Amino acid sequence: MKRLFKTYLEKPELAGLILLVLLIVLFQVRSHGVFLNADNLRGILGILPEAGLVAIGVTILMISGEFDLSVGSVFALMPMSMAVLMVHGWPFPLALLAGLLVAAAIGFINGYVTIRFAIPSFITTLGMLFMARSLTVVVSGGFPPLLPADLPNWLFTSFVGPGNMFRMSFLWFVAVAVLTSLMLSRTNFGNWIKATGGFLPAAASMGIPTARVKIVCFMLCSVLSGFAGMLQVLRLGSPLPSIGEGLELQAVAAAVIGGASLTGGIGTVMGGIIGTTLIRVIDNGLVLSHVDANWFKFAIGFLTIFAVVANAWMRKRAKAIKMEG
Amino acid sequence: MSDAIISVRDLHKWYSGVHALKGVSLDFKRGEALGLVGDNGAGKSTLINILSGVHRADQGEIKVEGRAVSIATPRDAMDLGIETIYQYNSMVPTMSIARNLFIGREPTRLSILGVGILDQKKMAEESIRAIANVDLHLRSPDALVGELSGGQRQGVAIARAMHFKSKVMILDEPTNHLSVKETNKVIGFVRGLKEQGVTGVFISHNMHHVFDCCDRIVAMARGEVVLDKRVADTSIDEVHSVL
Repeated sequence: MKRLFKTYLEKPELAGLILLVLLIVLFQVRSHGVFLNADNLRGILGILPEAGLVAIGVTILMISGEFDLSVGSVFALMPMSMAVLMVHGWPFPLALLAGLLVAAAIGFINGYVTIRFAIPSFITTLGMLFMARSLTVVVSGGFPPLLPADLPNWLFTSFVGPGNMFRMSFLWFVAVAVLTSLMLSRTNFGNWIKATGGFLPAAASMGIPTARVKIVCFMLCSVLSGFAGMLQVLRLGSPLPSIGEGLELQAVAAAVIGGASLTGGIGTVMGGIIGTTLIRVIDNGLVLSHVDANWFKFAIGFLTIFAVVANAWMRKRAKAIKMEG
Repeated sequence: MSDAIISVRDLHKWYSGVHALKGVSLDFKRGEALGLVGDNGAGKSTLINILSGVHRADQGEIKVEGRAVSIATPRDAMDLGIETIYQYNSMVPTMSIARNLFIGREPTRLSILGVGILDQKKMAEESIRAIANVDLHLRSPDALVGELSGGQRQGVAIARAMHFKSKVMILDEPTNHLSVKETNKVIGFVRGLKEQGVTGVFISHNMHHVFDCCDRIVAMARGEVVLDKRVADTSIDEVHSVL
Protein backbone atom coordinates (compact mmCIF):
# COMPACT_ATOMS: atom_id res chain seq x y z
CA MET A 1 0.00 0.00 0.00
CA LYS A 2 2.90 2.33 0.75
CA ARG A 3 4.18 1.58 -2.71
CA LEU A 4 0.83 2.51 -4.26
CA PHE A 5 0.75 5.74 -2.29
CA LYS A 6 4.22 6.63 -3.43
CA THR A 7 3.52 5.81 -7.05
CA TYR A 8 0.44 7.99 -6.86
CA LEU A 9 2.41 10.90 -5.42
CA GLU A 10 5.21 10.59 -7.94
CA LYS A 11 3.11 9.78 -10.97
CA PRO A 12 -0.40 10.99 -10.19
CA GLU A 13 -1.12 11.09 -13.91
CA LEU A 14 -0.66 7.34 -14.32
CA ALA A 15 -4.33 6.39 -13.87
CA GLY A 16 -5.38 9.03 -16.40
CA LEU A 17 -2.82 7.77 -18.89
CA ILE A 18 -4.07 4.19 -18.61
CA LEU A 19 -7.63 5.37 -19.09
CA LEU A 20 -6.59 7.43 -22.11
CA VAL A 21 -4.97 4.44 -23.82
CA LEU A 22 -8.02 2.25 -23.11
CA LEU A 23 -10.38 4.87 -24.54
CA ILE A 24 -8.27 5.35 -27.65
CA VAL A 25 -8.38 1.59 -28.30
CA LEU A 26 -12.11 1.50 -27.60
CA PHE A 27 -12.88 4.41 -29.94
CA GLN A 28 -10.58 3.05 -32.63
CA VAL A 29 -12.53 -0.21 -32.63
CA ARG A 30 -15.99 1.38 -32.32
CA SER A 31 -15.34 3.86 -35.12
CA HIS A 32 -14.03 1.11 -37.42
CA GLY A 33 -10.57 2.65 -37.65
CA VAL A 34 -11.65 6.21 -38.38
CA PHE A 35 -10.55 7.56 -34.97
CA LEU A 36 -6.80 7.24 -35.52
CA ASN A 37 -6.71 8.22 -39.19
CA ALA A 38 -4.68 11.26 -40.22
CA ASP A 39 -7.63 13.59 -40.85
CA ASN A 40 -9.22 12.97 -37.48
CA LEU A 41 -5.94 13.23 -35.58
CA ARG A 42 -5.21 16.51 -37.34
CA GLY A 43 -8.55 17.78 -36.10
CA ILE A 44 -7.90 16.75 -32.50
CA LEU A 45 -4.31 18.03 -32.44
CA GLY A 46 -5.38 21.32 -33.99
CA ILE A 47 -7.58 22.32 -31.07
CA LEU A 48 -5.81 20.48 -28.25
CA PRO A 49 -3.22 23.26 -27.63
CA GLU A 50 -5.92 25.80 -26.77
CA ALA A 51 -7.50 23.82 -23.94
CA GLY A 52 -4.12 22.25 -23.11
CA LEU A 53 -2.35 25.55 -22.41
CA VAL A 54 -5.17 26.60 -20.08
CA ALA A 55 -4.98 23.25 -18.31
CA ILE A 56 -1.21 23.62 -17.79
CA GLY A 57 -1.73 26.97 -16.08
CA VAL A 58 -4.61 25.71 -13.95
CA THR A 59 -2.67 22.58 -12.96
CA ILE A 60 0.39 24.52 -11.79
CA LEU A 61 -1.83 26.92 -9.86
CA MET A 62 -3.62 23.99 -8.23
CA ILE A 63 -0.28 22.47 -7.21
CA SER A 64 0.52 25.76 -5.46
CA GLY A 65 -2.75 25.33 -3.57
CA GLU A 66 -4.99 27.83 -5.37
CA PHE A 67 -7.73 27.81 -7.95
CA ASP A 68 -8.70 29.94 -10.98
CA LEU A 69 -12.22 30.12 -12.38
CA SER A 70 -11.51 33.22 -14.48
CA VAL A 71 -9.40 31.49 -17.14
CA GLY A 72 -12.30 31.16 -19.60
CA SER A 73 -12.99 34.89 -19.41
CA VAL A 74 -9.31 35.82 -19.74
CA PHE A 75 -9.26 33.47 -22.73
CA ALA A 76 -11.76 35.85 -24.40
CA LEU A 77 -10.56 39.17 -22.97
CA MET A 78 -6.92 38.89 -24.04
CA PRO A 79 -7.55 38.43 -27.80
CA MET A 80 -10.40 40.95 -27.65
CA SER A 81 -8.08 43.60 -26.21
CA MET A 82 -5.60 42.79 -28.95
CA ALA A 83 -8.23 43.05 -31.68
CA VAL A 84 -9.48 46.40 -30.42
CA LEU A 85 -5.92 47.78 -30.25
CA MET A 86 -5.18 46.53 -33.76
CA VAL A 87 -8.32 48.21 -35.07
CA HIS A 88 -6.85 51.40 -33.63
CA GLY A 89 -3.72 50.87 -35.68
CA TRP A 90 -1.44 49.05 -33.21
CA PRO A 91 0.93 46.58 -34.90
CA PHE A 92 0.51 42.91 -34.00
CA PRO A 93 3.60 42.51 -31.76
CA LEU A 94 2.70 45.52 -29.62
CA ALA A 95 -0.92 44.42 -29.38
CA LEU A 96 0.27 40.93 -28.39
CA LEU A 97 2.43 42.39 -25.65
CA ALA A 98 -0.42 44.57 -24.40
CA GLY A 99 -2.78 41.59 -24.42
CA LEU A 100 -0.36 39.48 -22.41
CA LEU A 101 0.06 42.36 -19.95
CA VAL A 102 -3.71 42.57 -19.51
CA ALA A 103 -3.78 38.83 -18.74
CA ALA A 104 -0.84 39.13 -16.34
CA ALA A 105 -2.53 42.04 -14.57
CA ILE A 106 -5.69 39.99 -14.04
CA GLY A 107 -3.63 37.14 -12.65
CA PHE A 108 -1.88 39.56 -10.31
CA ILE A 109 -5.19 40.98 -9.06
CA ASN A 110 -6.55 37.45 -8.52
CA GLY A 111 -3.51 36.51 -6.49
CA TYR A 112 -3.11 39.76 -4.59
CA VAL A 113 -6.75 39.98 -3.51
CA THR A 114 -6.84 36.30 -2.52
CA ILE A 115 -3.75 36.59 -0.33
CA ARG A 116 -4.18 40.13 1.00
CA PHE A 117 -7.71 39.48 2.26
CA ALA A 118 -7.17 35.77 2.97
CA ILE A 119 -10.24 34.71 1.04
CA PRO A 120 -10.70 31.53 -1.01
CA SER A 121 -9.39 31.96 -4.57
CA PHE A 122 -12.57 30.18 -5.63
CA ILE A 123 -14.47 33.37 -4.76
CA THR A 124 -11.91 35.90 -6.03
CA THR A 125 -11.71 34.23 -9.40
CA LEU A 126 -15.45 33.61 -9.61
CA GLY A 127 -15.86 37.37 -9.33
CA MET A 128 -13.13 37.85 -11.92
CA LEU A 129 -14.91 35.38 -14.23
CA PHE A 130 -17.84 37.80 -14.46
CA MET A 131 -15.77 40.98 -14.49
CA ALA A 132 -13.40 39.88 -17.25
CA ARG A 133 -16.26 38.53 -19.36
CA SER A 134 -18.10 41.78 -18.96
CA LEU A 135 -14.99 43.78 -19.90
CA THR A 136 -14.63 41.67 -23.03
CA VAL A 137 -18.08 42.67 -24.25
CA VAL A 138 -17.62 46.29 -23.16
CA VAL A 139 -14.30 46.84 -24.98
CA SER A 140 -15.67 45.17 -28.11
CA GLY A 141 -18.56 47.65 -28.07
CA GLY A 142 -20.96 44.78 -28.67
CA PHE A 143 -19.62 43.91 -32.13
CA PRO A 144 -16.54 41.75 -32.64
CA PRO A 145 -13.97 43.98 -34.39
CA LEU A 146 -12.60 42.90 -37.76
CA LEU A 147 -9.12 41.41 -37.59
CA PRO A 148 -6.54 42.89 -39.98
CA ALA A 149 -5.66 40.66 -42.94
CA ASP A 150 -1.90 40.59 -42.43
CA LEU A 151 -1.72 38.60 -39.16
CA PRO A 152 1.26 36.30 -38.58
CA ASN A 153 -0.81 33.13 -38.90
CA TRP A 154 2.28 31.30 -40.12
CA LEU A 155 3.64 31.64 -36.60
CA PHE A 156 0.56 30.40 -34.75
CA THR A 157 -2.03 28.48 -36.75
CA SER A 158 -0.57 27.28 -40.07
CA PHE A 159 -0.30 23.54 -40.61
CA VAL A 160 3.23 22.15 -40.47
CA GLY A 161 5.04 18.86 -40.07
CA PRO A 162 4.85 15.56 -41.94
CA GLY A 163 1.56 15.35 -43.83
CA ASN A 164 0.69 18.78 -42.35
CA MET A 165 -0.23 16.95 -39.19
CA PHE A 166 0.16 19.81 -36.70
CA ARG A 167 -0.65 23.44 -36.47
CA MET A 168 2.09 25.81 -35.31
CA SER A 169 0.07 26.22 -32.12
CA PHE A 170 0.94 22.62 -31.27
CA LEU A 171 4.65 23.49 -31.28
CA TRP A 172 3.99 26.41 -28.91
CA PHE A 173 2.04 24.03 -26.72
CA VAL A 174 4.86 21.47 -26.65
CA ALA A 175 7.43 24.16 -25.88
CA VAL A 176 5.36 25.55 -22.99
CA ALA A 177 4.66 22.05 -21.70
CA VAL A 178 8.36 21.13 -21.68
CA LEU A 179 9.43 24.41 -20.08
CA THR A 180 6.79 24.40 -17.34
CA SER A 181 7.41 20.72 -16.67
CA LEU A 182 11.12 21.36 -16.20
CA MET A 183 10.38 24.39 -14.06
CA LEU A 184 8.23 22.28 -11.75
CA SER A 185 10.56 19.30 -11.44
CA ARG A 186 14.05 20.72 -11.89
CA THR A 187 14.18 24.24 -10.47
CA ASN A 188 14.13 25.57 -6.95
CA PHE A 189 11.06 27.61 -7.87
CA GLY A 190 9.24 24.37 -8.72
CA ASN A 191 10.24 23.07 -5.31
CA TRP A 192 8.74 26.17 -3.71
CA ILE A 193 5.47 25.74 -5.62
CA LYS A 194 5.11 22.15 -4.41
CA ALA A 195 6.08 23.04 -0.85
CA THR A 196 3.67 26.01 -0.76
CA GLY A 197 0.78 23.86 -1.92
CA GLY A 198 1.90 20.75 -0.05
CA PHE A 199 2.03 22.27 3.42
CA LEU A 200 1.86 26.04 3.66
CA PRO A 201 3.02 26.45 7.31
CA ALA A 202 6.15 24.39 6.66
CA ALA A 203 6.97 26.32 3.48
CA ALA A 204 6.51 29.64 5.26
CA SER A 205 8.57 28.59 8.28
CA MET A 206 11.41 27.58 5.98
CA GLY A 207 11.50 31.10 4.58
CA ILE A 208 9.82 30.52 1.21
CA PRO A 209 8.06 33.69 -0.01
CA THR A 210 4.76 31.82 -0.31
CA ALA A 211 2.66 34.87 -1.23
CA ARG A 212 4.98 35.71 -4.11
CA VAL A 213 5.07 32.10 -5.27
CA LYS A 214 1.28 31.97 -5.42
CA ILE A 215 0.95 35.31 -7.20
CA VAL A 216 3.45 34.21 -9.84
CA CYS A 217 1.38 31.03 -10.36
CA PHE A 218 -1.82 33.09 -10.71
CA MET A 219 -0.10 35.31 -13.29
CA LEU A 220 1.32 32.37 -15.23
CA CYS A 221 -2.12 30.77 -15.31
CA SER A 222 -3.74 33.95 -16.66
CA VAL A 223 -1.04 34.59 -19.25
CA LEU A 224 -1.26 31.03 -20.59
CA SER A 225 -5.06 31.30 -20.79
CA GLY A 226 -4.86 34.60 -22.63
CA PHE A 227 -2.28 33.22 -25.04
CA ALA A 228 -4.48 30.15 -25.67
CA GLY A 229 -7.44 32.44 -26.36
CA MET A 230 -5.38 34.31 -28.93
CA LEU A 231 -4.54 31.01 -30.65
CA GLN A 232 -8.23 30.19 -30.89
CA VAL A 233 -9.10 33.62 -32.26
CA LEU A 234 -6.40 33.35 -34.91
CA ARG A 235 -7.70 29.89 -35.84
CA LEU A 236 -11.31 31.06 -36.06
CA GLY A 237 -10.40 34.38 -37.68
CA SER A 238 -12.70 36.40 -35.45
CA PRO A 239 -12.57 37.56 -31.82
CA LEU A 240 -15.96 36.40 -30.52
CA PRO A 241 -16.67 37.68 -27.00
CA SER A 242 -18.24 34.35 -26.04
CA ILE A 243 -15.24 32.08 -26.58
CA GLY A 244 -13.92 30.13 -23.61
CA GLU A 245 -17.24 29.90 -21.78
CA GLY A 246 -17.17 26.81 -19.57
CA LEU A 247 -13.47 26.37 -20.27
CA GLU A 248 -12.56 27.02 -16.62
CA LEU A 249 -14.42 23.97 -15.44
CA GLN A 250 -13.06 21.83 -18.24
CA ALA A 251 -9.54 22.91 -17.28
CA VAL A 252 -10.13 22.05 -13.63
CA ALA A 253 -11.61 18.72 -14.70
CA ALA A 254 -8.54 18.09 -16.86
CA ALA A 255 -6.16 18.87 -13.98
CA VAL A 256 -8.09 16.66 -11.56
CA ILE A 257 -8.43 13.77 -14.02
CA GLY A 258 -4.68 14.12 -14.56
CA GLY A 259 -4.12 13.55 -10.85
CA ALA A 260 -3.75 17.06 -9.43
CA SER A 261 -5.00 17.31 -5.87
CA LEU A 262 -7.63 19.94 -5.04
CA THR A 263 -5.78 20.66 -1.82
CA GLY A 264 -2.46 21.36 -3.53
CA GLY A 265 1.01 19.88 -3.48
CA ILE A 266 0.29 17.01 -5.84
CA GLY A 267 0.10 17.09 -9.63
CA THR A 268 2.14 17.32 -12.81
CA VAL A 269 2.03 19.32 -16.02
CA MET A 270 1.87 16.02 -17.89
CA GLY A 271 -1.23 15.11 -15.88
CA GLY A 272 -3.01 18.28 -16.96
CA ILE A 273 -2.15 17.51 -20.57
CA ILE A 274 -3.34 13.92 -20.27
CA GLY A 275 -6.58 15.15 -18.70
CA THR A 276 -7.15 17.62 -21.54
CA THR A 277 -6.38 14.99 -24.17
CA LEU A 278 -8.79 12.62 -22.47
CA ILE A 279 -11.55 15.21 -22.65
CA ARG A 280 -10.84 15.96 -26.34
CA VAL A 281 -10.66 12.24 -27.14
CA ILE A 282 -14.01 11.59 -25.47
CA ASP A 283 -15.59 14.54 -27.26
CA ASN A 284 -14.36 13.35 -30.63
CA GLY A 285 -14.65 9.61 -30.02
CA LEU A 286 -18.29 9.72 -28.96
CA VAL A 287 -19.23 11.37 -32.24
CA LEU A 288 -17.20 8.93 -34.31
CA SER A 289 -18.73 5.97 -32.48
CA HIS A 290 -22.22 7.24 -33.29
CA VAL A 291 -23.06 7.86 -29.65
CA ASP A 292 -25.41 10.78 -28.98
CA ALA A 293 -22.93 13.68 -28.53
CA ASN A 294 -24.97 14.98 -25.62
CA TRP A 295 -23.42 12.28 -23.49
CA PHE A 296 -20.15 14.23 -23.67
CA LYS A 297 -20.72 16.37 -20.62
CA PHE A 298 -22.03 13.37 -18.72
CA ALA A 299 -18.79 11.51 -19.40
CA ILE A 300 -16.61 14.45 -18.33
CA GLY A 301 -18.66 14.94 -15.18
CA PHE A 302 -18.51 11.28 -14.30
CA LEU A 303 -14.75 11.14 -14.86
CA THR A 304 -14.18 14.21 -12.70
CA ILE A 305 -16.14 12.81 -9.77
CA PHE A 306 -14.44 9.46 -10.19
CA ALA A 307 -11.02 11.13 -10.19
CA VAL A 308 -11.73 13.14 -7.05
CA VAL A 309 -13.16 10.13 -5.24
CA ALA A 310 -10.01 8.21 -6.11
CA ASN A 311 -7.98 11.23 -4.95
CA ALA A 312 -9.79 11.39 -1.62
CA TRP A 313 -9.36 7.69 -1.08
CA MET A 314 -5.63 7.94 -1.71
CA ARG A 315 -5.39 10.86 0.68
CA LYS A 316 -7.13 8.87 3.39
CA ARG A 317 -4.69 6.04 2.84
CA ALA A 318 -1.83 8.51 2.98
CA LYS A 319 -3.07 9.78 6.34
CA ALA A 320 -3.33 6.25 7.65
CA ILE A 321 0.29 5.71 6.70
CA LYS A 322 1.31 8.91 8.47
CA MET A 323 -0.31 7.73 11.71
CA GLU A 324 1.78 4.58 11.79
CA GLY A 325 4.61 4.29 14.31
CA MET B 1 27.31 37.50 29.95
CA SER B 2 30.00 36.72 27.43
CA ASP B 3 29.13 33.09 26.79
CA ALA B 4 25.53 33.88 25.85
CA ILE B 5 24.76 33.02 22.24
CA ILE B 6 21.39 34.77 22.34
CA SER B 7 20.44 37.27 24.95
CA VAL B 8 17.10 39.04 25.09
CA ARG B 9 16.43 42.07 27.24
CA ASP B 10 13.09 43.45 28.36
CA LEU B 11 11.04 41.86 25.57
CA HIS B 12 7.39 42.94 25.34
CA LYS B 13 4.61 41.76 23.09
CA TRP B 14 0.95 42.72 22.96
CA TYR B 15 -1.65 40.81 20.98
CA SER B 16 -4.67 43.07 20.41
CA GLY B 17 -4.64 44.32 24.00
CA VAL B 18 -3.34 41.17 25.66
CA HIS B 19 0.08 41.67 27.23
CA ALA B 20 1.57 38.30 26.23
CA LEU B 21 5.18 39.02 27.10
CA LYS B 22 5.93 41.33 30.03
CA GLY B 23 9.57 42.32 29.88
CA VAL B 24 11.34 39.01 29.51
CA SER B 25 15.13 38.97 29.86
CA LEU B 26 16.99 35.73 29.28
CA ASP B 27 20.42 34.44 28.23
CA PHE B 28 20.76 31.32 26.13
CA LYS B 29 24.24 29.97 26.75
CA ARG B 30 26.45 28.38 24.16
CA GLY B 31 26.23 24.60 24.00
CA GLU B 32 23.56 24.37 26.66
CA ALA B 33 20.30 22.45 26.49
CA LEU B 34 17.65 24.71 27.94
CA GLY B 35 14.19 23.48 28.81
CA LEU B 36 11.40 26.04 28.51
CA VAL B 37 8.26 25.09 30.37
CA GLY B 38 4.96 26.73 31.21
CA ASP B 39 1.23 26.46 30.74
CA ASN B 40 -0.66 27.39 27.60
CA GLY B 41 -0.64 31.16 27.32
CA ALA B 42 2.40 31.52 29.58
CA GLY B 43 4.31 33.26 26.82
CA LYS B 44 6.75 30.58 25.76
CA SER B 45 5.37 30.30 22.25
CA THR B 46 5.37 34.08 21.95
CA LEU B 47 9.03 34.23 22.95
CA ILE B 48 9.94 31.47 20.52
CA ASN B 49 7.93 33.03 17.69
CA ILE B 50 9.87 36.25 18.15
CA LEU B 51 13.22 34.46 18.09
CA SER B 52 12.30 32.45 15.00
CA GLY B 53 11.02 35.46 13.06
CA VAL B 54 7.33 34.55 12.98
CA HIS B 55 6.33 37.59 15.06
CA ARG B 56 8.14 40.79 16.00
CA ALA B 57 8.58 42.07 19.51
CA ASP B 58 6.88 45.37 20.30
CA GLN B 59 9.69 46.40 22.59
CA GLY B 60 13.02 45.09 23.77
CA GLU B 61 16.40 44.02 22.47
CA ILE B 62 17.76 40.80 21.00
CA LYS B 63 21.49 40.13 20.76
CA VAL B 64 22.99 37.19 18.90
CA GLU B 65 26.64 36.55 19.79
CA GLY B 66 26.83 39.99 21.32
CA ARG B 67 25.48 41.82 18.29
CA ALA B 68 22.08 43.56 18.37
CA VAL B 69 19.93 42.07 15.64
CA SER B 70 16.53 42.52 14.06
CA ILE B 71 14.66 39.32 13.20
CA ALA B 72 11.84 40.21 10.81
CA THR B 73 11.30 36.95 8.93
CA PRO B 74 11.95 33.23 9.45
CA ARG B 75 14.70 33.64 6.89
CA ASP B 76 16.47 36.25 9.04
CA ALA B 77 16.44 33.84 11.96
CA MET B 78 17.80 31.01 9.83
CA ASP B 79 20.55 33.26 8.48
CA LEU B 80 21.54 34.04 12.09
CA GLY B 81 21.78 30.31 12.78
CA ILE B 82 18.51 29.97 14.68
CA GLU B 83 16.50 27.02 13.43
CA THR B 84 13.05 26.15 14.77
CA ILE B 85 11.39 22.76 14.72
CA TYR B 86 7.66 22.97 15.32
CA GLN B 87 5.27 20.53 16.85
CA TYR B 88 3.15 20.38 13.70
CA ASN B 89 6.28 19.53 11.81
CA SER B 90 8.14 21.73 9.40
CA MET B 91 8.09 19.12 6.67
CA VAL B 92 6.02 18.80 3.52
CA PRO B 93 4.68 15.22 3.57
CA THR B 94 4.16 15.04 -0.20
CA MET B 95 7.83 15.70 -0.92
CA SER B 96 10.95 13.55 -0.61
CA ILE B 97 13.43 13.74 2.26
CA ALA B 98 16.10 15.24 0.00
CA ARG B 99 13.71 17.94 -1.23
CA ASN B 100 12.52 18.68 2.29
CA LEU B 101 16.05 19.05 3.61
CA PHE B 102 16.72 21.87 1.19
CA ILE B 103 13.35 23.68 1.07
CA GLY B 104 14.06 27.37 0.58
CA ARG B 105 17.84 26.75 0.50
CA GLU B 106 18.18 24.57 -2.57
CA PRO B 107 21.63 24.33 -4.15
CA THR B 108 21.26 25.54 -7.74
CA ARG B 109 23.21 25.86 -10.93
CA LEU B 110 22.78 28.65 -13.47
CA SER B 111 20.71 30.72 -11.13
CA ILE B 112 19.12 33.95 -12.38
CA LEU B 113 17.46 36.30 -9.87
CA GLY B 114 17.48 33.55 -7.27
CA VAL B 115 15.74 31.03 -9.50
CA GLY B 116 17.88 28.24 -10.91
CA ILE B 117 18.20 24.61 -11.82
CA LEU B 118 18.36 22.26 -8.85
CA ASP B 119 21.64 20.50 -8.24
CA GLN B 120 19.92 17.17 -7.57
CA LYS B 121 23.14 15.21 -7.32
CA LYS B 122 24.42 17.45 -4.56
CA MET B 123 21.05 17.33 -2.81
CA ALA B 124 21.04 13.53 -2.82
CA GLU B 125 24.64 13.22 -1.60
CA GLU B 126 24.37 15.82 1.13
CA SER B 127 21.06 14.55 2.41
CA ILE B 128 22.47 11.03 2.80
CA ARG B 129 25.30 12.48 4.86
CA ALA B 130 23.02 14.76 6.87
CA ILE B 131 20.72 11.91 7.82
CA ALA B 132 23.60 9.62 8.77
CA ASN B 133 25.07 12.37 10.97
CA VAL B 134 22.10 12.31 13.33
CA ASP B 135 22.11 8.51 13.48
CA LEU B 136 18.88 8.22 11.59
CA HIS B 137 18.65 5.09 9.52
CA LEU B 138 16.54 5.62 6.45
CA ARG B 139 16.49 3.63 3.26
CA SER B 140 16.79 6.43 0.78
CA PRO B 141 16.69 10.23 0.58
CA ASP B 142 14.05 9.78 -2.12
CA ALA B 143 11.57 8.36 0.38
CA LEU B 144 8.62 10.66 0.95
CA VAL B 145 8.39 12.40 4.32
CA GLY B 146 4.73 11.28 4.39
CA GLU B 147 5.99 7.71 4.70
CA LEU B 148 8.04 8.42 7.83
CA SER B 149 6.92 8.08 11.42
CA GLY B 150 6.56 11.18 13.59
CA GLY B 151 9.87 10.59 15.34
CA GLN B 152 11.71 10.00 12.09
CA ARG B 153 10.31 13.25 10.73
CA GLN B 154 11.59 15.16 13.73
CA GLY B 155 14.90 13.43 13.14
CA VAL B 156 14.98 14.70 9.56
CA ALA B 157 14.10 18.19 10.78
CA ILE B 158 17.01 18.05 13.22
CA ALA B 159 19.29 16.69 10.49
CA ARG B 160 18.28 19.65 8.35
CA ALA B 161 19.10 22.14 11.09
CA MET B 162 22.45 20.44 11.69
CA HIS B 163 23.27 20.41 8.03
CA PHE B 164 22.84 24.16 7.78
CA LYS B 165 25.15 24.63 10.76
CA SER B 166 22.57 26.18 12.97
CA LYS B 167 23.93 27.44 16.28
CA VAL B 168 20.66 27.40 18.17
CA MET B 169 17.97 24.85 17.67
CA ILE B 170 14.53 25.60 19.06
CA LEU B 171 12.31 22.55 19.41
CA ASP B 172 8.70 23.60 19.96
CA GLU B 173 6.83 20.67 21.53
CA PRO B 174 8.64 18.15 19.34
CA THR B 175 7.34 15.17 21.29
CA ASN B 176 3.64 15.94 21.01
CA HIS B 177 1.62 13.13 19.48
CA LEU B 178 4.59 10.77 19.54
CA SER B 179 4.71 7.30 21.00
CA VAL B 180 7.01 6.57 23.95
CA LYS B 181 9.60 4.95 21.72
CA GLU B 182 9.57 7.83 19.27
CA THR B 183 9.74 10.35 22.11
CA ASN B 184 12.86 8.67 23.44
CA LYS B 185 14.40 8.97 20.02
CA VAL B 186 13.74 12.73 19.93
CA ILE B 187 15.10 13.14 23.46
CA GLY B 188 18.19 11.32 22.25
CA PHE B 189 18.53 13.82 19.42
CA VAL B 190 18.36 16.70 21.89
CA ARG B 191 21.05 15.12 24.05
CA GLY B 192 23.17 14.71 20.92
CA LEU B 193 23.03 18.44 20.19
CA LYS B 194 25.46 19.24 22.98
CA GLU B 195 28.14 16.97 21.52
CA GLN B 196 27.83 18.92 18.29
CA GLY B 197 28.19 22.21 20.14
CA VAL B 198 24.65 23.31 19.31
CA THR B 199 22.50 25.18 21.80
CA GLY B 200 19.14 23.52 22.21
CA VAL B 201 15.93 25.14 23.42
CA PHE B 202 13.43 22.45 24.22
CA ILE B 203 9.82 23.42 24.82
CA SER B 204 7.46 20.90 26.28
CA HIS B 205 4.45 20.39 28.48
CA ASN B 206 5.98 17.22 29.76
CA MET B 207 8.31 17.88 32.71
CA HIS B 208 9.81 14.41 32.54
CA HIS B 209 10.92 14.95 28.96
CA VAL B 210 12.49 18.29 29.81
CA PHE B 211 14.25 16.99 32.92
CA ASP B 212 15.48 14.03 30.88
CA CYS B 213 17.56 15.98 28.42
CA CYS B 214 18.16 19.55 29.60
CA ASP B 215 20.86 21.28 31.67
CA ARG B 216 18.79 24.22 32.73
CA ILE B 217 15.09 24.86 33.29
CA VAL B 218 13.31 28.13 32.61
CA ALA B 219 9.68 28.31 33.65
CA MET B 220 7.29 30.98 32.38
CA ALA B 221 3.89 32.03 33.68
CA ARG B 222 1.66 34.96 32.72
CA GLY B 223 4.22 36.37 30.33
CA GLU B 224 7.13 36.40 32.76
CA VAL B 225 10.06 34.17 33.70
CA VAL B 226 9.21 32.74 37.12
CA LEU B 227 12.04 30.25 37.57
CA ASP B 228 15.51 29.87 36.07
CA LYS B 229 17.70 27.12 37.60
CA ARG B 230 20.13 24.34 36.75
CA VAL B 231 18.41 20.98 36.54
CA ALA B 232 20.52 19.75 39.45
CA ASP B 233 19.27 22.59 41.67
CA THR B 234 15.58 22.08 41.17
CA SER B 235 12.93 19.42 40.95
CA ILE B 236 9.76 18.70 39.03
CA ASP B 237 7.76 19.53 42.14
CA GLU B 238 9.39 22.95 42.51
CA VAL B 239 8.72 23.81 38.87
CA HIS B 240 5.10 22.71 39.22
CA SER B 241 4.67 24.86 42.30
CA VAL B 242 5.65 28.09 40.52
CA LEU B 243 3.46 27.54 37.47
